[in-house]
Amino acid sequence: MVEQQYTDLFEQYRGELDANSAEGLNRHRDAAFDIFRQTGFPSSVQEDYRRSDIVRRFDADLGLNLRNIPVPVNPHEAFRCNVPDISTHTFILINDRYYDSAAPAEGLPDGVFAGSLRQFAEAYPAQFDAHYARIADMAGDGVAAYNTMFARDGFALYVPANVEVEKPLQLINILHGGVDLNVNRRILIIAGENARVKLLVCDHTADDVRFVVTQVTEMFADTSARVDFYELEDNSEKVTRLSSLFCEQRGHSEVVTDSITLHNGYTRNNCRFRLSGKHAATHVGGLAICDKKQHIDSFAFLDHAMPGCTSSELFRNVLKDEATGAFCGKIRVRTDAQKTQAYQTNRNLVLSDTARMFSRPLLEIYADDVKCSHGLTTGQLDEEALFYMRARGISREEARLLLMTAFTRDVVDMIRIPALREQLTTLIDKRFRGELTHCGNSGIYK
Amino acid sequence: MLEIKNLHAVVEEKEILKGIELKVNEGEIHAIMGPNGSGKSTLSSVLAGNPKFEVTRGSILFKGRELLGMEPEDRACEGIFLSFQYPVEIPGVSMVNFMRAAVNARRKYRNEAPLPASDFLKLMRDRRELLGMDSQLVNRSVNEGFSGGEKKKNEIFQMAMIDPQLSILDETDSGLDIDALRVVAAGVNRLRTKENAIILITHYQRLLEYIKPDYVHVLYAGQIVKSGGPELALELERKGYDWLTRAVTPE
Repeated sequence: MVEQQYTDLFEQYRGELDANSAEGLNRHRDAAFDIFRQTGFPSSVQEDYRRSDIVRRFDADLGLNLRNIPVPVNPHEAFRCNVPDISTHTFILINDRYYDSAAPAEGLPDGVFAGSLRQFAEAYPAQFDAHYARIADMAGDGVAAYNTMFARDGFALYVPANVEVEKPLQLINILHGGVDLNVNRRILIIAGENARVKLLVCDHTADDVRFVVTQVTEMFADTSARVDFYELEDNSEKVTRLSSLFCEQRGHSEVVTDSITLHNGYTRNNCRFRLSGKHAATHVGGLAICDKKQHIDSFAFLDHAMPGCTSSELFRNVLKDEATGAFCGKIRVRTDAQKTQAYQTNRNLVLSDTARMFSRPLLEIYADDVKCSHGLTTGQLDEEALFYMRARGISREEARLLLMTAFTRDVVDMIRIPALREQLTTLIDKRFRGELTHCGNSGIYK
Repeated sequence: MLEIKNLHAVVEEKEILKGIELKVNEGEIHAIMGPNGSGKSTLSSVLAGNPKFEVTRGSILFKGRELLGMEPEDRACEGIFLSFQYPVEIPGVSMVNFMRAAVNARRKYRNEAPLPASDFLKLMRDRRELLGMDSQLVNRSVNEGFSGGEKKKNEIFQMAMIDPQLSILDETDSGLDIDALRVVAAGVNRLRTKENAIILITHYQRLLEYIKPDYVHVLYAGQIVKSGGPELALELERKGYDWLTRAVTPE
């Protein structure tokens, strides 16, 4: 059994884990362990994982950096993110550990915490305990349970009631190591009543070894809070990214998430939103550009529990070569959730005979006064549009590039940071042209 | 400039063009008229190089070079422009980016450097004013959400931007109200020079009141069955196509 080596490791090194973390995190390990022993890693026999046999990703000899051995380089100098100047506040996680930069974050509004999850657990125990490992559904997600067993640090963002963080924050995840590694990263975002905050998370790989990364993000948007959460994956082909986002929303809150997979290896992005207050709104975007043997599987679950909420989902994939893509979008409208509006769109471009796309919309509606719709298309580039452009002198290749970039536009347009939209458009164009270079110039996948 | 000889073309195994002969010189305007289904739009598609149509026989010489076998983009860069009967909507591609790509593609073809941004924007503004186009339209995605008239105006705007030698206007008058037709026709007339030529493909005589042709040809069942001067268009307006088509249809 694949899980055995990890449960053995957990039992053997439990003391090390606890010693290198905080009480607030340690408290949940036993419960997570019990759940994980029941569930194990997800496998393709499970309906929601038919296209992603997660358990096999762990069937490898992976190291875990349980003792938080520090990284000797200064990441600010060693790695340069592709998306500079978006934010005045940049935070770094090296693998699963918060990198303590010399200068603490200055200029953040009073009461805002942005930094090490471990420190947050100690400094804000009430906030931490109210949300950590509570928003995540471990029983329904074996990877989340596994992550909770091993998580020792990560990133926390707390914005108190009525506080607006004007400038977007940026978290840069750097994968770094000399041997194949399992990384278990944790993010906690708490936005108090009427708080406003935007966070961009960028994933980068600095070394040419295998990484299996689990990332659990828990997000809480209190009444009338507004949270923007953007993710940009720019990893090497040797990276497995298993991300689980859990979001709990109160009344009149608004959450926008947008996950851009620019370059990757094997990616499974889960997101689960629970709209548990009246008139909450959720906008979920996802875009992946995959070629070679890259894999993208996006799973979204919108749980409408209260009346008058709105959700929209927009997922697009561009697949070439032998890439595989999967999308599953579940919408549940519970009996009480009258006047729900839920819209789901999944559009896919499959540009080779060998690329494959699997798509599944699932709508469960138990209320009668609702507006729900879903749209799904998978196809090739529009030949008529291509001819129209060529008739104006634009070469076939250039016309294809223009159409591919255009295809991605509305997902990029969901982002409410204009400078980031522009930067992404440039990066996407480069990606299609095969000119994308790794940030930090280490050239891992060139 | 253009010499079409014995042109045959098929689409989905059906022969649509059955031996077209046509010669167009610099400075001339030719109108090609004919009833629905006679092959007018097929002819324009074949000239522009639409891959949906297969040429089975004949030749098309443009400035002495054979067009058949040439990619659509190369034909465009050589100076051929097709104003589409049904302009295509391209969501996500802005008019500005589209036109910049088109203008610079042609410059690249002629080994010229890309047009500097300020010159390009000035060109856009000038040509937009020529057609009386709303500045909002050029900031939108190509043809997306344009009305029928705006789409046709946009075709002529593109023609003005690209400055082609041979323009083929396929049913440019359809879907235009009389005011829009006047604006479009005035634009076309102002773009006219001694060096370029225009082929007007139209069902009705209406457009020819505003853009005066030198020659009028009647296309029927894949062949040009009659050619003449502008007076032929008036005759067609008066008598319809029946008298011509009856004469050539074997009973």
